[in-house]
Amino acid sequence: MSMMDLARSKWSGVYPGNPACSGCPHNIGLKILGKVLGENSVLVVPAGCTSIIAGVWPKEGLGFPLLHVPFASAAAVASGIRASMDKSGRDGTVVVWSGDGGAADIGFATLSGAAVRNEDILVIVSDNEAYMNTGIQASGTTTWKALTTTSPIKGKTEERKDLALIMLMHRIPYAATASVAYPIDLAKKIEKAMEIRGFKFIHLHSPCPPGWRFDAGNTVEIAKLAVETGAWILWEFDRGRFSISPQSRKYVDKKNRRPLEEYLKAQGRFKNLSDNDIRYIEAKLDEAWTYILNLEKTLSKS
Amino acid sequence: MMRRVLIGNIAVSEAVKLANVDVISAYPITPQTIIVEKLAEMVEKGELNAKYIRVDSEHSALAAVYGASASGSRVFTATSSHGLLYMYEMLWWTANSRLPVVMAVVTRSIGPPWNIHTDHQDALTIRDSGWIIGFAENVQEAFDMTIMAYKISEDKRVLLPSIVALDGFILSHTAEPVDLPTTSEIDGFLPPRDPSPFKVEPGTEFAVGNLGPDEVTMELRWLIWRAMYRSKYVIEDVDKGYNKILGRNYSHGLVERYRVEDAKYLIVSMGSWSGDAKDAVDMLRDEGYEVGLARIRYVRPFPSEIIRDISSDVKAVLVIDRAVSMGSGGILYSDILRSIDRRTPVKNVIAGIGGVDVNQDHFKMIIEEFIDEFEKDEYHNWNDTYWFMPWMR
Ligand code: SF4
Repeated sequence: MSMMDLARSKWSGVYPGNPACSGCPHNIGLKILGKVLGENSVLVVPAGCTSIIAGVWPKEGLGFPLLHVPFASAAAVASGIRASMDKSGRDGTVVVWSGDGGAADIGFATLSGAAVRNEDILVIVSDNEAYMNTGIQASGTTTWKALTTTSPIKGKTEERKDLALIMLMHRIPYAATASVAYPIDLAKKIEKAMEIRGFKFIHLHSPCPPGWRFDAGNTVEIAKLAVETGAWILWEFDRGRFSISPQSRKYVDKKNRRPLEEYLKAQGRFKNLSDNDIRYIEAKLDEAWTYILNLEKTLSKS
Repeated sequence: MMRRVLIGNIAVSEAVKLANVDVISAYPITPQTIIVEKLAEMVEKGELNAKYIRVDSEHSALAAVYGASASGSRVFTATSSHGLLYMYEMLWWTANSRLPVVMAVVTRSIGPPWNIHTDHQDALTIRDSGWIIGFAENVQEAFDMTIMAYKISEDKRVLLPSIVALDGFILSHTAEPVDLPTTSEIDGFLPPRDPSPFKVEPGTEFAVGNLGPDEVTMELRWLIWRAMYRSKYVIEDVDKGYNKILGRNYSHGLVERYRVEDAKYLIVSMGSWSGDAKDAVDMLRDEGYEVGLARIRYVRPFPSEIIRDISSDVKAVLVIDRAVSMGSGGILYSDILRSIDRRTPVKNVIAGIGGVDVNQDHFKMIIEEFIDEFEKDEYHNWNDTYWFMPWMR
């Protein structure tokens, strides 16, 4: 899969002029998803921004066969569709396209259940790190101290949870992180996931302009900064083998990372951070890198 | 046809097997659990060729069968009490999606305090959603209604999900003789599901549930309203057809009429305790009281026309409810008030909440008191709802 392949693939499932905000990361992710998946797929979408992006009847914003479902139900609905298709011998990929709320918080038990059953579905969590569709409220994946409408002055007081690692610990065949700034990496990961039977999980980093308070033209820029400063680590766990993805490899060595401030200061949601806060976040990220490196060391045999 | 002795829960699972269900998903809760344990065993033994999804919660159980149903399969789930409340959101989602999901609700009271015994409060919390709700009187009916539910729900004039409610323990765990049709008898009656008009699967550029203008929501609810009304005729037809294949020469349909022909006093009840209420009616008949009983078999759609017809010549009506709408009254009571001639006096008694036993003598006592009050002209204060709690008298 190359940039040319992606550009050449005609079908994307995303229609121009759909109701997403300008600079929306979901549209980027969905476009790549559609190009790789093709039409032999069905999308299950729990409540979130994508419920809107899919369009207001009788118009459609997305071309996927799509089932809208309640917030906490997506992975179970997808399991049911899979069972129905298997029962009657139909093929195709069943995909859950969820936000962080629908996966990490209200839908977590459902997601965990589907992972434990090793359902043959692909779950992509397009994580914009807050409840954006309801107006930027803090979620389980919101960064500590980020300003949201439910943490408007002091910022979020709790840590964020690492959903992808939690999912990996479910002994599923495939888990990975990805970023909307690295379409080829994401495309390759979706492509690989489609080849695997069983539960596949991709955690997609999706900077949201209105939610994170940055200019709508900078979505890719911010997503890239997250990787280059080491704030978002791209990795892949493929049937027992854990590896840091090539795009993040360089940043194992902290010297190669851009200063964390560049990422944080580019976003209005972090305007309240003191230097000490930034050092604390950095220490937490160092900890995350240690986990990842140890996982790679432990799970490197193929 | 063959006859076997089965408890209610096993009878329901045998019905699900005969209906040749494709996908089953459930989460355990007392007193429902035996249904889905038995189904799991049938699937593992290869007696039933279905997919069985062991989920993390009732919300997921209904979500999973919802997905399978949207994708064209015939599905089943079962629950009780708190489990039903936990899936509440999905219940509405399923009704509004017009999917013919079938679910057994083994009725159980809602806590606290923890209590696993029956009343009808749980199943009746969904009466406004758009599910067809049938209440069985005995194990045979729990079995029959489960098979019929597929035929009714999948009918193109209906396309609404169905609940078969059976009283916890009184039916779910009690063995009774049951007549079971054979596979070939059922195959003619219940062909495989035709999933049109929609089926969510790869390759169809088709979305279900998109945002729409407000009018779409209202129109959709109106269409459900109309389908509910049509379902009354479908239920009567399906009941007749089903009874015919079993060689029965009767069909109760929406309401069972018990000794109502010349009745001056009408009792209304629903569910398993109707058997005891009928015994009380018999005892009172022997004593010369002109009393009859209407047993509601389907509470949604509510058989208003039939109730109006049955009650047209009676002096007074007594509605015995096993569920209550707090601050209003018995749930059947309000439906009955809406259905009958406004001049007919109606008394409402709430009994058996939390599984409190109400036997035939209790029913006799309740009915005698009702008739007595009416004859002494004391019915003017019947606008209150009476709670039958003999231990507090
Ligand atoms: S709020 Fe953010 S994630 Fe949601 S549609 Fe707008 S840009 Fe996309």
